[in-house]
Amino acid sequence: MSAPDLDELYQSIILDHYRRPRNFRALPEATGEAAGRNPLCGDELTVWVKVDGDTIDEVTFQGSGCAISRASASLMTAAVKGKTRAEADALFTQVHAMVTGGADAPAPESLGSVRALAGVGRFPMRVKCASLAWHALKAALERPAGAVSTE
Amino acid sequence: MSALAPRGDFPLLAAQPTLCYLDSAATAQKPRAVLDAERAFYETANANPHRGAYAPSAAATDAYAHARRRIARFLGVADADTMLFTRGTTEAMNLLVTGWGRTHVRAGDRIVVTRLEHHANFVPWQQLALAVGAEFAIAELTATQEIDLDDLRAKVTPNTKVIAFGHVSNAVGTINPVAELVAIAHGVGALAVCDGAQGAPHLAVSVDALGVDAYAFSGHKLLGPMGIGGIVVRRSVLERMAPYQFGGDMIEFVGDQATTWHALPHRFEAGTPNAAGAVGLAAACDYLDALGMAQVRVHERALIEAADAALHAVGGVRILGPSESARRSGVVSFMIDGVHPHDAATLLDGAGVCVRAGHHCAQPLMRSLGVAATVRASFYVYSTAEDVARLVAAVRSAQERFAID
Repeated sequence: MSAPDLDELYQSIILDHYRRPRNFRALPEATGEAAGRNPLCGDELTVWVKVDGDTIDEVTFQGSGCAISRASASLMTAAVKGKTRAEADALFTQVHAMVTGGADAPAPESLGSVRALAGVGRFPMRVKCASLAWHALKAALERPAGAVSTE
Repeated sequence: MSALAPRGDFPLLAAQPTLCYLDSAATAQKPRAVLDAERAFYETANANPHRGAYAPSAAATDAYAHARRRIARFLGVADADTMLFTRGTTEAMNLLVTGWGRTHVRAGDRIVVTRLEHHANFVPWQQLALAVGAEFAIAELTATQEIDLDDLRAKVTPNTKVIAFGHVSNAVGTINPVAELVAIAHGVGALAVCDGAQGAPHLAVSVDALGVDAYAFSGHKLLGPMGIGGIVVRRSVLERMAPYQFGGDMIEFVGDQATTWHALPHRFEAGTPNAAGAVGLAAACDYLDALGMAQVRVHERALIEAADAALHAVGGVRILGPSESARRSGVVSFMIDGVHPHDAATLLDGAGVCVRAGHHCAQPLMRSLGVAATVRASFYVYSTAEDVARLVAAVRSAQERFAID
């Protein structure tokens, strides 16, 4: 791995969200929640959602993990708040394509600050860190409770 | 300090001169002598051992038998036929748990392990306890990840049938007091089972002198090929063990309705053996004995002392395990304040430094430490002071990247 790749992976927005994660709390009034777990490294997080009709009013998370998994979760909560289920689904698909698509994967501008995760594409060993929270979000939106695994 | 073994002896390291390989506790690099021995077996003696009456089969049989004697000698085992080949430590433990545990541990008996164990010496015993209805007790650790012998003694009850413990912790490097553990086990008539996966590669081991009833090991961690290892089992225990796998080579006579078993060690080695792997592992034993296992230990102690001192000087690093190098094998397991172990491993990899970050297949230990993972650097015969310097520089650079602006 070259230094520029590492600079892109650990760009300042990632480090900022790692140190000061947004929406980092439990959500007692949640309508759905899911725990995500990466059995390879022991990272664990829980995502809560409060959905009103078709709109995601609130998303929060808690848990322990590396900079990539925590920053990804934090960026995600900020990105999907106020979105519809369909919009969140579309975002999930785009993020998934971006982090799993290798070095040249598309990182559309419409993703906004979530594009900071594009650097993960060059680090196949870290894809699961970046996608953990997103899988948990998908599960939380689909069912009221339960655990998802990256395995 | 320079390497104990020349880097040029190891083709992978020679081909990648800037690689700083600090994950030997996961698997060791292989000297050319091992690769040559494995290749020579296929080129000069390849046939199925124990099968044919023709010359190459006899050569293969001899090579395999010689390898067993050579490896037994390396491990300080006089009775070579009590050393069974397996794929490695994991299969060795499963062989013992299936062959001995299933017939000797019953409902109401107790199995004792320690909090230090990696999953290969934890899960098989835990599952045995669940299957037969035995009690499963875990001896806890001191603050420096050494077995708390008082806690162990309290948990070793008269109904204890086995105490399973590692010789050396893969996760934090603790060297366990085997003689005391054996005495505690034998005091209640229990078997003393030692997982030597991290002991045999790094310490001068005499299984006979240790007094354990079983000692498992993996070849690939002691410079040998992957897929070969074994377990030494006290003959009196072996003779009361049921076969682990059934098939060719392990039988004496197969009747239509019943079968009798071959003599030791063949009874426990069903199917075509990994003879080439055994030959390669014997060559690894030659290589290590030429270096001298006492020298290997001296070399690794010097490296962990240098790494400990340098990391302490950097600051913001917490090293796990015993602080005295006399009680720790060639492992430096640590946490960097504010840098998650996985981020550390990615950043170190960026600097060409290969370390392991994770739970080290020891989740019960990680839980007790209150962490999900640690960074682990592990040394071996080809490691040098430059490797330590590269590690420390990469740690400092990771700290800088994560420093609060």
